[in-house]
Amino acid sequence: MSAIPLVPGGHVHEWHLPSRGRIGMYCLIIGESAIFTIFVVAYVFYIGKSLSGPTPQQVLDVPIFNTICLLSSSVTIWLAERAIERNSLRTFGLWWAATITLGIVFMIGTGIEWYKLIYHDGLTIRTNLFGTTFYSLVGLHATHVVVGLSMMLIVFLFTLTGHVRYENSERIQVLALYWHFVDAVWVVVFTVVYIVGR
Amino acid sequence: MADRTLPIDGSLDLTPPREEHESTILETLHAWVITVDHKKLGLMYMMMAIFFLLVAGGEVLCIRIQLALPNNHFLSPQVFNRLFTMHGTTMVFLVGIPLVFAFANYIVPLQVGARDMAFPRLNAFSFWMTLFGGIFLYYSFLGGGGLYGVGNAPDVTWWAYAPLTSRAFSPGNATDYWALALIVTGFGTLGGAVNVIATAISMRCKGMTLMRMPLLVWLMLVDSALLLVTITPLTAAQIMLVIDRYLGAHFFDTQAGGSAVVWMHFFWIFGHPEVYVLVFPAFAIASEVIPVFSRKAIFGYPAMVAASVGIAFVSLGVWAHHMFTVGMTSAGNAFFVLSTMLVGIPTGIKIFNWLATMWGGKIRFHVPMLFCTAFLFQFLAAGLTGIMLSVAPLDWQLHGSYFVIAHFHYILVGAIVFNTFAGIYYWFPKATGRMMSETLGKWHFWLFLIGFHLTFDTMHFVGFEGMPRWIYTYPADRGWANLNLLISLGGLIQGIAVLIFAYNLISSLLNGKIAGNDPWDAWTLEWSTASPPPDYNFSTDPVVHSRRPLWDLKHPEDPDWKYE
Amino acid sequence: MKLPEWLRIGRIAGLVFSLAMFLSCFAFAEGPQSTTSIFEPTSTPAAEIHHLSLFVFEITGAIFVVVAGLLIYVIIRFRAGNAEDDREPAQIYGSNQVELAWTVIPVLIVVVLFLTTARMIFAIQDAPMPQSALEVTVIGHQFWWEYRYPKQGLVDQAFVAANELHVPLSNAKQPRPTYLKLLSADADHSFWVPQLAGKIDLIPNHPNEMWIDPLHTGLYVGQCAQFCGVQHANMLLRVYVDTPEQYTAWVDNQARPGVQDPAVAEGRRVFETEACMNCHAVRGTAATGRFGPDLTHLMSRETLASGEIPNTRDNLRQWIKNPDSFKPGALMPAMQLSDSQLDQVTTYLETLK
Repeated sequence: MSAIPLVPGGHVHEWHLPSRGRIGMYCLIIGESAIFTIFVVAYVFYIGKSLSGPTPQQVLDVPIFNTICLLSSSVTIWLAERAIERNSLRTFGLWWAATITLGIVFMIGTGIEWYKLIYHDGLTIRTNLFGTTFYSLVGLHATHVVVGLSMMLIVFLFTLTGHVRYENSERIQVLALYWHFVDAVWVVVFTVVYIVGR
Repeated sequence: MADRTLPIDGSLDLTPPREEHESTILETLHAWVITVDHKKLGLMYMMMAIFFLLVAGGEVLCIRIQLALPNNHFLSPQVFNRLFTMHGTTMVFLVGIPLVFAFANYIVPLQVGARDMAFPRLNAFSFWMTLFGGIFLYYSFLGGGGLYGVGNAPDVTWWAYAPLTSRAFSPGNATDYWALALIVTGFGTLGGAVNVIATAISMRCKGMTLMRMPLLVWLMLVDSALLLVTITPLTAAQIMLVIDRYLGAHFFDTQAGGSAVVWMHFFWIFGHPEVYVLVFPAFAIASEVIPVFSRKAIFGYPAMVAASVGIAFVSLGVWAHHMFTVGMTSAGNAFFVLSTMLVGIPTGIKIFNWLATMWGGKIRFHVPMLFCTAFLFQFLAAGLTGIMLSVAPLDWQLHGSYFVIAHFHYILVGAIVFNTFAGIYYWFPKATGRMMSETLGKWHFWLFLIGFHLTFDTMHFVGFEGMPRWIYTYPADRGWANLNLLISLGGLIQGIAVLIFAYNLISSLLNGKIAGNDPWDAWTLEWSTASPPPDYNFSTDPVVHSRRPLWDLKHPEDPDWKYE
Repeated sequence: MKLPEWLRIGRIAGLVFSLAMFLSCFAFAEGPQSTTSIFEPTSTPAAEIHHLSLFVFEITGAIFVVVAGLLIYVIIRFRAGNAEDDREPAQIYGSNQVELAWTVIPVLIVVVLFLTTARMIFAIQDAPMPQSALEVTVIGHQFWWEYRYPKQGLVDQAFVAANELHVPLSNAKQPRPTYLKLLSADADHSFWVPQLAGKIDLIPNHPNEMWIDPLHTGLYVGQCAQFCGVQHANMLLRVYVDTPEQYTAWVDNQARPGVQDPAVAEGRRVFETEACMNCHAVRGTAATGRFGPDLTHLMSRETLASGEIPNTRDNLRQWIKNPDSFKPGALMPAMQLSDSQLDQVTTYLETLK
């Protein structure tokens, strides 16, 4: 009767909303991008403004190998994502481990680079503006790599104990999104520090 | 019968009666400490905000006593400088931001018909981080310098301009407390923002498209999106400051070629959008209260959504109007004049839409509506003094003067605090099941109104008379003494009004009139469930067909979905 | 008809409030002759800003009157009657024409305001410096002002002064503006003398410029307007606009080296051996410190401690004895001089005219 309103246009259609995990990760990425933007702006602003000390041209070697490792890890993680969607858990584990390995290689490479800069070239964070902006920007990125690696390691351990399955592919994709972000940031950092700034 | 797609009065009869037993104090405390429930967390954010409002209010009352007379010796300059720094920092980060999340947390899930926020545990984490940051900041009064009220609280203004904050000019740990505490609260804020966005996007009940969300949800969504790119630049800048102070870096070290102006840019890239972040809840509350008490739907819902999004975007491009006096190029200054004036347009549109909502209505001036009405006048005035300040040459006179303090307090108090009171009076019945006292509320309102105007109207004029900010005293021959006395008097009156409010809160909690589900005859989903809502909010998932589901239910002959 | 309760309380409150505001009007009756009001300009930049401000006030005032007027009308006309009328009013959801109207009109207002403002920004900031301009370098310190004057006219000697700025009178027919170059030795400061111009900040490693062309002689006051530390409140500004004769006389005097009066040799010895010269300079002597104000012509100043206290013997002596007694947190330490040393050094400084 008239007391109950007729539902307009028939029943409510399929009600699909984006997954909250994915939205949450996008939000985190947007926020982190803002932080990185500020550090990049500082780096770019201070190019050429150091009053003393080693310049980028003098001490920076372009880390081609490191970059290849890190960017390849985006490919391997993508392969891992596809594997778990097909429920190929062994394949997933292998590609996941490859991603972690490549990430670790990148970190070792960064460590070697920094060792050279500090002990052979005398460049520290307090040496000059280049040192300040270099170590903070690259260091901020490296910190994000470490966080990503830690998360991936935990997932890998759970994979070994058999707790990661097809039902978790959504979560794997959300974590992979973070890793892709870290790689995208490296593209920007690499360009700004090793190409534009040198 | 055709399906009852909305929970209505009596739906709770479907719930089996729960065992009522008296909890011990420890059990109650435990329940609150471990909770991940959005309603409890929302209330905890509110309690934190009110607590720090009283603390920062106390700080400013001390400031006003010192400034009531010229050459006063009530406070030393060291203590004064700490008090105004802490007043500003507390109000922005420990009152303003928690208020955003107090209202967002409590109301958004209820208004979208959800059971909780998208990430309940993140929600709890965010709250405790925010609270911890506040405690850490206030520990500075004790840490380092001693117990006698002149400890190492930060004393560099809430802007913390470089190079005043470098080790050279700020030895000791005051600045470190400022930077580190706010980095901590910043993480809490980020978590809260992520949560609100995910909730508004991913947790809406069936039928609630984006354009059917209540305006409060829209505003909290836009607010949180803005926060993502607002709080993070500050975190970045503060990390740089800490690196400067502890690792000998040179981000803001002018002796090493670093730039003090870079700090200013980074700070205001945060600082300007931040004030919009703080004011959006006031807009949200107005957009809920004004329609209900005018008995009309909000006028121009799509325009209001567009204006809110527009404000958020434009607000990202106006920051250097805080820097008109630092020596930017004339072209730079002109650009920021234009962008700042532009942000006034969507803001004005909102005022007009609220006005149009009231037009042709049947306005009931209960306490929430009194506060919202005052808000409309005050926000209008504040917007206009903002336009005055956006005229850069005029800003060259007024920047750093009490005129600016008057302008932004017109927003912070005249818009935000007024509407916070409106929101509390409006949703207190929902959260507690009891009404607040209308009589006490009216005393609170009128006293606060008088005190507010006595203080902040006068303050515009002492700014015109050339009184700068951040001064602990002034000579007697400046001609500022009488105006300052009036300003201080107004502050006292506001303090009394707030005490009346606090008393009203507590006495209403204890024996206010029972409210029922829907004391205001409102139209959004939160009013369809019990007061206070059960833990799970709704016994059945709501399904909505318009922006005002309860209007549809109460007016089946004239439902909203016919017109939207 | 019985008024609703809120209106009754409101009317009484409104009366009280109006009385308070009315009384407050007397609060800014006659101030001192030199005022810090931004509405008493005596120099072109300040005057231009004043004109612009009146235009802006007219526009914003009109907007306020219209919108607030509408609000007041709405509050009175559409309040719910006392009758128990439960019918809801007509629900109006919006109107595209109305939205368009109240978007377009503000846009037009913004265009007008912006163009007017932009024109003035360029006029003040990019004004080309005439040949007759005096260029003075201002260096902000915690918590005092250093002024460096170039060689001028017939006086072949640059000199350094502190805390009291003297500039020549300018007039429309023969402009003689003063261009100030603004630097900082430590934190951020801001130079604000409202009657002369808007303020510009002094930022380390970021030189700024401003100009004034005072059209009336007299003393103009202001103060630092950017928080710079503990004694920001007492970093006062005193600008003396002199007639051409007064200005020339002042410059001539400042250009001379410090008076060497043998009668105060004792005091001078105290000054030079008790570490005063580490911070202060007296041109023509061994004292060449730059951390504190130049004292070569200390007695030509009316005030001490950057405008805070009158320059009298007692004040000077007390200041040297313990700066914190006037300016707690000032960077000059109490030098722990004995009473006789204090007397001697004060007597010495009193000869530095």
